[in-house]
Amino acid sequence: MLTTILGLGATALELGLISSLTVLALFLSYSMLNVCDLSTDGCFTLGAAVGAVVAISGHPYLSILAAMGVGMVSGCITALLQTKMGIDSLLSGIIVNTGLYSVNIAIMGGASLLNMNRTETVFTRAKTLLEGTFLGPQYRLVVVVLFVAAALVLLTWFLKTRLGLAIRATGNNPDMVRSSSINPAFTTIVGLCLSNSLTALSGCLLAQSQKSVNVTIGSGMVTIALASLLIGRAFMGKGSIGKRAVGAVLGAFVFRLVYTIALRFNLPAYMLKLVSSVIVIIAIAGPYFKKRFPEFRRIRQASKGDGNA
Amino acid sequence: MLELIDVCKTFNAKSIFEKVALSHFDLKVNDGDFISIIGANGAGKSTLFNAICGTFLTDSGKIILDGEDITFKPEHKRAKTIGRLFQDPMRGSAPGMSIEENLALAAGHGGWLSKVSKADKEVFRERLSLLGMGLEDRMRQPVGLLSGGQRQALTLLMSTFNPPRLLLLDEHTAALDPSTSEKVLELTKKIVEDNKLTCLMITHNMQSALDLGNRTVMMHMGKIIYDVEGEERKGLKVADLLDRFREAAGRNLDNDRMMLV
Repeated sequence: MLTTILGLGATALELGLISSLTVLALFLSYSMLNVCDLSTDGCFTLGAAVGAVVAISGHPYLSILAAMGVGMVSGCITALLQTKMGIDSLLSGIIVNTGLYSVNIAIMGGASLLNMNRTETVFTRAKTLLEGTFLGPQYRLVVVVLFVAAALVLLTWFLKTRLGLAIRATGNNPDMVRSSSINPAFTTIVGLCLSNSLTALSGCLLAQSQKSVNVTIGSGMVTIALASLLIGRAFMGKGSIGKRAVGAVLGAFVFRLVYTIALRFNLPAYMLKLVSSVIVIIAIAGPYFKKRFPEFRRIRQASKGDGNA
Repeated sequence: MLELIDVCKTFNAKSIFEKVALSHFDLKVNDGDFISIIGANGAGKSTLFNAICGTFLTDSGKIILDGEDITFKPEHKRAKTIGRLFQDPMRGSAPGMSIEENLALAAGHGGWLSKVSKADKEVFRERLSLLGMGLEDRMRQPVGLLSGGQRQALTLLMSTFNPPRLLLLDEHTAALDPSTSEKVLELTKKIVEDNKLTCLMITHNMQSALDLGNRTVMMHMGKIIYDVEGEERKGLKVADLLDRFREAAGRNLDNDRMMLV
């Protein structure tokens, strides 16, 4: 029993941490830059596909950099569409996402599935490296923790620098950014490049961890990550930037944990996306209704009474 | 120092909504001038500021600041030398960020990846204390918690943190209650004097248009219809301004937003 629970926890932790990189990406684009980046799904798959192809060709470490690099390019395109070509930010995400579907299949050589069963990945490298040490059995977790910790530290540091402040202000009040002699188009581009490189990294790690890429690996990722982000916000509230970033990672883990437990209770795996949709709805609509509640109550009382309650 | 030569701007050109906002507009501002700008709604006052700031490109004409032709310079680059305050106190600062972070962006020195240093914070604290609003003890609080007057004062501090060559005030006290408005106006006067800023101020308060600054400009239909300074301005009363408007525009200056006293 205990081992089952521990096993479940470990799986949830690993998958949660991998997707937490996407949650951190949305933390940057959605919470900071105030852009709902709908190219997230495609970018996640892009990272997975490029990472897989490069790893299969025999470069496990390079695959990480390659995935992050193409993620950056994809983010840059999304940002250019909305800052330089007058396309609405939601729409530019959708457009890039649609285009990426073809790009991803092309990268995977026309196949919709790539297998990495005998491919050297960062995980197999870590396994050989940690063989015999006390960390040996947990090699997968070690890899993921390293990446997430690095992302967390770098992102928190970055958001406190001048450029980071400018990115946060862009989501808050672009007029003010402009009057500080900073071009908001520039900050949007930098922000989306960084966030998409994290998304692609996340996809790359998931593919290497499960040793295969399917072209649908990223579908629904934006909702899942948003759900995790909002769960994290519920836990951590509106604290400092560092605290909120940790909250984002925590949210990803909690989301996975709840989901893993639900699977135990025979919830079919395909329900994941419905669950994530419902969580996002509750997390966003909840506070809205809470705020409106006094108004609803007054309207109800008024309709019951003399209309003047 | 600032010169607008034959500047034109028409909105919705060639449609039934066509609106000539600036019509062959000429203005020469001297170094150290403090000009109050008055005029009815739609006279083109805010359009003038937008043209100077580069919010849009003018249809024709030239804008020269300190000898440099800035007609085609992008807005964010002009912001280095031009500071601007709007009527809406919410427009000049980022509500979700702390006072300190807002000031750090406005101060704007250091590289992209530099952080706010202890010394910077000390300077911020010192400058904030000059506002006399106790903001220096609330530096880590989000700006969204401040009142309109406090936010406008903070915006004033932010836009003059690195003294700009030119300060544009677009009815920046109109949304504040009378006593706060008075206070922000006092601060404005002090900051402008201390830094010897060149300043243009749009106002609907005719009295303060005459009290503040050294020159008053009246606009109508995208043109200057009256420009007064020196001795002539000293003896001027609000009633004279109204007469002037009637003479030049051929109608009374009847405007419910205009404060005639």
